[in-house]
Amino acid sequence: MIRIERRLTQPKWLVIAVPAGSIAAAFLLMTIVLFATGHAPLHTFDRLIRAGFLSKQALNDSLVSATPLIFTGLCAAVAFRMQLFNIGGEGQLLVGAIFGAAAGIALGNHTGWLSVPGMIVAGAAGGAALALIPAILRAYFSTNEIITSLMLNYVAALVINYLIFDSESYWRDTSSPTAKVFPQGKPLPDAASWPVTHVASLVIPFGLLLGIVIATFVWLLYTRTRFGFEVQVIGDSPRAASYAGMRTRRKILAVMALSGAIAGIGGASQDGDIRHTLDPRGLTAANYGYSGIVIAALARYNPFAVCIVAFLLGGLQNAGFTLQGADFPSGLVGVMQGLILFCALGGELLIRYRLRFVRTPRATEAEVPA
Amino acid sequence: MNNSVLVVVLASAVTYGTPLLYAALGELLTERSGVLNLGVEGMMLIGAVMGFWAVQHTGSLTAAVAVAALAGASMALIHAFLVVTLRANQIVSGLALVIFAGAAGLSSYLGNDLSLADEPARRAFSPVFPKSWQNVDILGPIVFKQSALVFASWILVVVVGLYLGRTRLGLNLRAVGESPESADAMGINVAAYRYAHTLAGGAFAGVGGACFSLWITPQWVDGLTAGAGWIAIALVIFAFWRPGPCLLGAYLFGAFSGIPFTFQARGILSSIPPELFQALPYVMTVLVLVAVSSAGARRRLGAPASLGTPYVREER
Repeated sequence: MIRIERRLTQPKWLVIAVPAGSIAAAFLLMTIVLFATGHAPLHTFDRLIRAGFLSKQALNDSLVSATPLIFTGLCAAVAFRMQLFNIGGEGQLLVGAIFGAAAGIALGNHTGWLSVPGMIVAGAAGGAALALIPAILRAYFSTNEIITSLMLNYVAALVINYLIFDSESYWRDTSSPTAKVFPQGKPLPDAASWPVTHVASLVIPFGLLLGIVIATFVWLLYTRTRFGFEVQVIGDSPRAASYAGMRTRRKILAVMALSGAIAGIGGASQDGDIRHTLDPRGLTAANYGYSGIVIAALARYNPFAVCIVAFLLGGLQNAGFTLQGADFPSGLVGVMQGLILFCALGGELLIRYRLRFVRTPRATEAEVPA
Repeated sequence: MNNSVLVVVLASAVTYGTPLLYAALGELLTERSGVLNLGVEGMMLIGAVMGFWAVQHTGSLTAAVAVAALAGASMALIHAFLVVTLRANQIVSGLALVIFAGAAGLSSYLGNDLSLADEPARRAFSPVFPKSWQNVDILGPIVFKQSALVFASWILVVVVGLYLGRTRLGLNLRAVGESPESADAMGINVAAYRYAHTLAGGAFAGVGGACFSLWITPQWVDGLTAGAGWIAIALVIFAFWRPGPCLLGAYLFGAFSGIPFTFQARGILSSIPPELFQALPYVMTVLVLVAVSSAGARRRLGAPASLGTPYVREER
């Protein structure tokens, strides 16, 4: 019989071994799924890894895919650390993209140098504004933030579709007759394109660097400041926090605003780094917000781990996108992400508890035939 | 008379409320055992796609509903194993289930792999009552034009209500949800109750999803349920974890989901962008939830006491 005992101390190596083991276990389970649906598992994995990581082009594409995931991963990690389940990263990223694109169009033609910082600030403001809705409802009406933040994802997706497909909004390209028939976003001015950095043969988007800077900021905030300490106490024990006189309501508002702002900057980075227009189809089809939840959980809410996991899952997503076709069904990457998360959750047990194999007396009796 | 907007909206409220009702009744049973399963949307989608697959292969609607229930339950089994046996975080596990099974996950994978997308349905649920009944004023479209799934859901509301309030098993279930320690001391197998009711919740959600693919839409497209699973979770809170109010709430939210289609089809308020109507169910869910949660906090009506927490015998 297996007995489960709580660990008194958590060995350091387990914190790395368990996520790594989860990914390995997820590949094993995926083998079963692929086998059951009549695909060759090894061949599929080979193609997946090749298309995700094993060439210059693949690596560059994976960095591009990883960029939004760093933001949504941090968005989830920041809030989840306080047991505040903001699953509205998806919608907050969309609103950030809307605000960011507006700033890019408005500033790009007049004051060029302002456009990049302007887009970042606008994106952050948009994301934070959307996140504050569930935050206020949670803080003052004790409404479940999981459902409200999720419902707003659908609303944000409708808003972005409306701006491009169903109105002659500021964001829509109305310059030519074709643009009127096939609705699309206005192209952003050149000054609104975010710079890229070349390292060896890799092209690194500015958003990726910005994401790493924000990760560092979050790490400092949560490990080196009183604010971060209070957030962690509230997360681990709300009751202890309120006895200690910590202001939970304010923290809910602050943490959700921060979380939403990070996702919003991710949206602005989509405009500035990658799409150079407000692209509703591309943004809503990618499910960046939901992947962010997987990343945050797998990284155990550690901001630096978020960056690494985002790169791994970004590669996977990029590969899934490149390979999509008849023999490589869409949805495969989502299945894979879900499996990784399941395994990580199961693995969490190994970090918190110790499994001991003990023989109960009754079991021994049963084994010996009379 | 049967063409008046009010009657059409009420009829659509019942139609679109039915998948919500199935999913919410299931989630209610799950939550009453102390397990929060946020994966309803994923379980509904798997139920929808597998139910559709079954009807295309067997041509039998009964078999399709059974397959949908089984598929939903098998998804719930993953959640039950993680949160009951492995004591994982219930919220994260539920979210993982949505990502695994949801619109960009297994349901889409299966839909593509079994090439079900955009295929016409071989059979779909249709009204059970004779034509003459369906043309009766008011009650015709609202009640008699509905499919067997609606009438089965009414029976289910009564059965769940009686089960919770009038049977030994239901009493035990409530004990497990409110105080697993006392239930355990009474000799109730807490883990078994939690497993059983999580699986039942999954089966109900699967049938809820199949309402779309076998009756309302009837076909398979990725993300067919469009957030109905989340609305169902909100509905359980709205109903204060009771089956009767669940029925009422399902039709209320059903009306919000049906109004966009009705208004668009009839060109009512066509000057207002369609997105505004389409946002209605989501915005109303938020508003209703706010009203209910502040009222619930005041009247101390609420969730099962152990909701969301794992039960470990030797730890307190």
